Amino acid sequence: MFDKTVAELSRALSRKEISSVELTRMYLERIEKYRELNAFITVDPERSMGQARSADARIAKGEGSALTGVPIAQKDIFCADGWLTTCGSKILSNFTAPYDAAVIDRLNRSGAVNLGKTNMDEFAMGSSNETSYYGVVKNPWATDKVPGGSSGGSAAAVAARLAPAATGTDTGGSIRQPASLTNLTGLKPSYGRVSRYGMVAFASSLDQGGPLCRSAEDCALLLNAMAGFDPRDSTSVDEPVPDYTRTLVREIKGLRIGLPKEYFSEGLDPEIAQVVQGAIGEFRKLGAEVVEVSLPNSKLAIPCYYVLAPAEASSNLSRFDGARYGYRASGYKDLLDMYCKTRTEGFGPEVKRRIMIGTYALSAGYYDAYYLKAQQLRRLIAEDFRKAFESCDIIMGPTSPTTAFKIGEKSDDPVAMYLNDIYTVPINLAGLPGMSVPAGFDSRGLPIGLQLIGRYFDEERVLGVAHRYQQVTDWHKHAPKGFS
Amino acid sequence: MSLDREQVRRIAHLARLHITEQEAAGYAETLSRILGLIEQMNAVDTAGVTPMAHPNEAGLRLRDDKVTETDQREKFQKIAPAVEAGLYLVPKVIE
Repeated sequence: MFDKTVAELSRALSRKEISSVELTRMYLERIEKYRELNAFITVDPERSMGQARSADARIAKGEGSALTGVPIAQKDIFCADGWLTTCGSKILSNFTAPYDAAVIDRLNRSGAVNLGKTNMDEFAMGSSNETSYYGVVKNPWATDKVPGGSSGGSAAAVAARLAPAATGTDTGGSIRQPASLTNLTGLKPSYGRVSRYGMVAFASSLDQGGPLCRSAEDCALLLNAMAGFDPRDSTSVDEPVPDYTRTLVREIKGLRIGLPKEYFSEGLDPEIAQVVQGAIGEFRKLGAEVVEVSLPNSKLAIPCYYVLAPAEASSNLSRFDGARYGYRASGYKDLLDMYCKTRTEGFGPEVKRRIMIGTYALSAGYYDAYYLKAQQLRRLIAEDFRKAFESCDIIMGPTSPTTAFKIGEKSDDPVAMYLNDIYTVPINLAGLPGMSVPAGFDSRGLPIGLQLIGRYFDEERVLGVAHRYQQVTDWHKHAPKGFS
Repeated sequence: MSLDREQVRRIAHLARLHITEQEAAGYAETLSRILGLIEQMNAVDTAGVTPMAHPNEAGLRLRDDKVTETDQREKFQKIAPAVEAGLYLVPKVIE
């Protein structure tokens, strides 16, 4: 049962073949059994079981919807009323959220069960889950390797079948890269599709919440519940939410797939290039037309991102001062000292680095050279996509330049770590929907993801194309050994 | 652009972080390397390009100036490090 998809569990629940209480208990037992993965920061069986009982009552009355009774793990970046919400940081290690994030509220109202809060890189700043105050998460495919980040706990939990699905957030690749490294299907929706209300802010013009699942169909089910206009998020877009499961069946014949030549150049592991080309071959067999496109400024996306994201982070994280909530240091001599001690003790080294880079980029005399320049480049990068979409309907390429790497391998070299997101960051800068779909394995048996990039607000096509691929391949059904 | 220890300490102060003498050398080295990466931006001429702050350029909404929030002071102050009589306590700022 624990190997079932959300769609399968949903059917089993509505046919009363299993109850939400049974399902929730089963997953909670698995979370306990595989604790050494360190995928969760907080589990609260009592709360989860309470939600499961309510869901069962709702189903019994015939009032259930697709997600009613389905246990879902929540990235610890989402505030959930009454739940510890740490964002992977010491500075929020005692923060019990007093309200629900929009994503949590929507999933609660759909009847989903919160299975627990998953581990993550501190404030979502990382690509390996090694910056978490709560320790590194292990990749179920090879426990000496990272699961990717920053939604590493969510990815490890779903890959190891400790949860059928999880939420994540993606500022520069934090849903897609861990999905790629753990053989999951992960979707970063268009900027503005999912409300950011109650999601701890890292870089507000880039952050977007989305699902990590084991199929495109499951991503559609979760997005149905997560997406929608929210007046409490000033950047939420007031567009109706289609039923994403209805548009999954899609004709591939005549689909124009754009392959950006810059995504297949130096730096890409040849095994990954081969697997991605193999996936493109499947689409050709289905009748797709493949065209070469160019994203000439994409090589500058990482430098551009490492100005904009830290600049926004330095501003967003200035709220953590020990005055109103969270950790407060002891033994301070005045207010300034309280701020400094609290922040110095509360933030880890990577968060401090990014705050300082951002502070520097925004400081007097440097603003034009860094922040303004990066915003101009952001325009050029977004324009590249606009031009590419004149000759294609969807863009495809690798999600990550490498498969899962060893724990500790890159943790001392921030620049090497940043380059993990070379293929994912441009999509956040442009605000487009992006998805990672399992497409094969390298010679060591580590998963490889295919990235799908759509036009702004064209989640329907991205999900449908991914779903079609999953009907003719079974890569997404492979499970890591020892967890099945 | 490479940063020296003095600059690192000045940036840390702006960011309200304490950096020890020993840490300053390490941060100067890593931050300089990150700035080296960032400065690859200079390879492209962006003269005349309109800066893009945001992917959603439809503009930000306005809302009516109406009270929509309810008073939840007690709930919010329950998680504060120190409160008294409905106020957040911090070290004295006015002598």
